[in-house]
Amino acid sequence: MQLTDRMMQKIVGNVLRYGVRTVLSVGILGGVIFLIEHANETVDYSNFVEKDQHIFTVVDQIFIGVGDLDGRSIIYLAILILFFTPLLRLLLSLISFILEKDSLYIAITILVLLIICLSVYSGFAH
Amino acid sequence: MKKNIRNGASFRSGSTLCNARGRVYTSCGTPVFCYAATRCGDMKSEHFQINIPLNPFYPDLFSNFVHLITGEGQVNIPFYMTVLVFVSIVLLGAICAGIIGSLSGLGGGIVVIPLLTIVLGVDIHYAIGAALVSVIATSSGSAAAYVKEGITNMRLGMFLEIATTAGAVAGALISTSAPSSSIAVLFGCALIFSAGNSLRKKEEKVVTDSSTLAKKLKLPSHYPLTKDKEISYGTKNVIGGFSMMGLAGMLSGMLGIGSGAFKVIAMDTIMKIPFKVSTTTSNFMMGVTALASCVIYVQKGYIVPDICLPVMIGVLVGAMIGSKILIATDPKKLRVLFAFIIFFLAANMIYNGIKGNI
Repeated sequence: MQLTDRMMQKIVGNVLRYGVRTVLSVGILGGVIFLIEHANETVDYSNFVEKDQHIFTVVDQIFIGVGDLDGRSIIYLAILILFFTPLLRLLLSLISFILEKDSLYIAITILVLLIICLSVYSGFAH
Repeated sequence: MKKNIRNGASFRSGSTLCNARGRVYTSCGTPVFCYAATRCGDMKSEHFQINIPLNPFYPDLFSNFVHLITGEGQVNIPFYMTVLVFVSIVLLGAICAGIIGSLSGLGGGIVVIPLLTIVLGVDIHYAIGAALVSVIATSSGSAAAYVKEGITNMRLGMFLEIATTAGAVAGALISTSAPSSSIAVLFGCALIFSAGNSLRKKEEKVVTDSSTLAKKLKLPSHYPLTKDKEISYGTKNVIGGFSMMGLAGMLSGMLGIGSGAFKVIAMDTIMKIPFKVSTTTSNFMMGVTALASCVIYVQKGYIVPDICLPVMIGVLVGAMIGSKILIATDPKKLRVLFAFIIFFLAANMIYNGIKGNI
């Protein structure tokens, strides 16, 4: 058990580290494309416009945008990859608890995953 | 809103600063690229719009800085901040925020929100979204190192994440309906609390006995002190710590901060977990907690890629510079200095929130 814990710590550490590196490279790529296209446009973020989109709709739009090499969409893709690093970390912990047959912590991890899934539904359409 | 007072205002041509290449300069030295400025010669008696966010520190002084250019008569230039200027300012500001955040131990996100809202006039909802994205990035980056060292108590983190994620979902939902000004006031209060807390003396106390619930949850653990010496520690008051974590998660979801100070209090003060383990485990939990509210932020349109990217890169770079400075200097004196800077930012947020400027 001690051994798996240590191994897990190594794997989780690597996932976190390489996750951030991937995010930075994709993000910078998107940022450069975005600046080339839009550098001289004007910005105004002083008023918040609330949206009500399902996350899958947002993801769909992003992938369409990435296909068109749209800078903003590529940056958004990087942000989505960033969201995946903690998610992946949760899934890895789940696997390690399953390997250890620690039913209490399997339940706890699944509960955390469920709360995150719940946020997808509670955030949309109310 | 104060920052939009100048929208559509027309200016008499004061000192002429427009040059032949079509750039417009403000006297504060920032070149503002103006797409209509190439028409310098033929701009007469049209109205132009000013959309530079006014700096609430010196609203009048700043607007006095905005001089325009032309030949005779009135000038009319659609005069906005361009993407390039905006992104550069945000990037530089976020680097400073990252440095202050890592030196004060509060994290860069908490400093970047006042920068975006007060200085650049960005709505606090967008600022929160960008800050929370940077929180995930910095926590993932630094957690990687701690997890590998084996200081992080992954079971404890996982258990407490139930409370923080549930709190984060609730907090994010509250923030979508809360007005910007009240979020700003609450943010200022959380900032003051965190700054005060960063000055608190930390003593490394290790308790050896644990409560029954903690034992059932397998929370007591050990961490490596040196290569072959490990310290075992116990855990107390699980329910108290769990509730405090719920609150920390809620603040994180509402304000877009990692709320590390609140997490550390839950673990270190309430549950009697050693400080080193508390801070690293808190850092480890931030990503997952932030993820729960980020999903809601994405659906509500808080996440604007062109704000998020410079904030994220800037805070990461700043945190790296900050950790280098930390190694080279004595952080104790710096902490007092930065606590004051943060206190000032917080007071400013509260003031602007109450006055309704944000």
